[in-house]
Amino acid sequence: MPDLGPYATAVLGAYGVTIAAIAGLVAWLVLRARRVRRELAGLERGRRRSDG
Amino acid sequence: MRPALALLLRDLRLALRAGGGAGLGLAFFLTCVLLMPLGIGPDLAMLSRIAPGLLWVAALLAALLSLDRLFQADLEDGTLEVLAVSALPLEAVAAVKALAHWLTTGLPLVLAAPVLGLTLGLPAQAQPWLVASLAAGTPALSFIGAVGAGLTVGVRRGGLLLSVMVLPLYLPSLIFGARTVALAAQELDPARAFLLLGAITVLSLGIGPFAAAAALRINLR
Amino acid sequence: MSLWEFANPARFMRISGAALPWVAGLAAVILPAGLAWGFFLTPDDYRQGSTVKIIFVHVPAAMMAINIYGMIVVASLIWLIRRHHVSALAARAAAPIGATMTVIALLTGALWGQPMWGTAWAWDPRLTSFFILFLFYVGYIALWAAIEDPDKAADLTSVLAMVGSVFAVLSRYAVNFWSQGLHQGATLSIDRDQNIDPVFWLPLLACIAGFFLLFLALLLVGTRTEIRARRARALQLAMAG
Repeated sequence: MPDLGPYATAVLGAYGVTIAAIAGLVAWLVLRARRVRRELAGLERGRRRSDG
Repeated sequence: MRPALALLLRDLRLALRAGGGAGLGLAFFLTCVLLMPLGIGPDLAMLSRIAPGLLWVAALLAALLSLDRLFQADLEDGTLEVLAVSALPLEAVAAVKALAHWLTTGLPLVLAAPVLGLTLGLPAQAQPWLVASLAAGTPALSFIGAVGAGLTVGVRRGGLLLSVMVLPLYLPSLIFGARTVALAAQELDPARAFLLLGAITVLSLGIGPFAAAAALRINLR
Repeated sequence: MSLWEFANPARFMRISGAALPWVAGLAAVILPAGLAWGFFLTPDDYRQGSTVKIIFVHVPAAMMAINIYGMIVVASLIWLIRRHHVSALAARAAAPIGATMTVIALLTGALWGQPMWGTAWAWDPRLTSFFILFLFYVGYIALWAAIEDPDKAADLTSVLAMVGSVFAVLSRYAVNFWSQGLHQGATLSIDRDQNIDPVFWLPLLACIAGFFLLFLALLLVGTRTEIRARRARALQLAMAG
């Protein structure tokens, strides 16, 4: 851990904010991707059943 | 030219008729400006310092107020579709309707502004610049607003969406407009800010009708 | 193979599906490495002290924030001219990423300004411009969300992106006119010989690469999701009708 001196809160805050924001964005995108993929898979299955 | 004039007169008549809302923009502008001293305090020195920005922000909000009805009523009753197949190109329709919007909301503000400037203690030498900046700047508000109105015409309760979209587009006009008045109030040369304000308006007059017409065509599809 | 081959959604799904693990993996290596390099292995600046470490998150986020808006404008133009659905959906997928980058740039800038300028927020031209940029993102995202028909939404948001780009540039210059700022000039430039020390710009370069790869990976994920969502919608409509 480097010595951040008097600015420790600012530096740690900046890295913390960045990592939190990116983590939130990634989580949101991945969850949405998963939900949409599941929904589409369900629809495709339903269509195939009604076709056959 | 005849059909454009007919459309302009029709829009003006509709706006001036009871319930058309032509006076409402002005009433909103007056209320906005009245609220500020009540909220901030009666210190005239302070009020005269913030008057340029205050009057311009109030003008922005007043222009926004009636924007969501610019095309919506005509879309709902089918008039817009008739206009779209008429001899008048849709670009001209958008320009005429934006002009009507300016005549009913922008122009009254230009005329009322000196009185309000007086009540806010705006220095005398800034008064002509206030009128000039509003006269040169508010047409841009109507013509940029027409683009936003065209984009959101199909959205129900699009008023809030319209504000969120259009207000960022108003910022250059706001900055140069308020700067013109503020520089004049400080006895500095406002010509540069004023010319830039005019340039933005000219640009909006050029872009606005085409972008608005493109948006309307997409929405009429 | 030309660039337009990607425009076919099925082919895009296949190629992006193959590329995604590599891009995401590379981002997952380079971004943390760059950030760790910047955080642990760089010395303090003699004037700015340890706050100089903030450039490793602030500058890449700010660069991405602006460039993603540019990408949205270009993708919108491609959609308007060539009607490639992937292009419109990529623009849609890029917007939330760009908005997040703008927020990161603003927040890290505020945290930097607090000790350096003595104030977290100053109405400085650059800060204000980023605030305005954020509003542009919000308006763009809101318009996408408000319109149900996907092609109509793509068309209308493209018009907004076109008009918006003109006024975004104007705002940038208007804001410069409005106030001379506290913000320092550009730190990186190609044509100046007095640049920042390699001790700082090498990790900065790594961080910029990491942010770019992260954006690319998230853009692929987002675009793939939008394509699937469109297909799901089409299937639903086909079944209902």
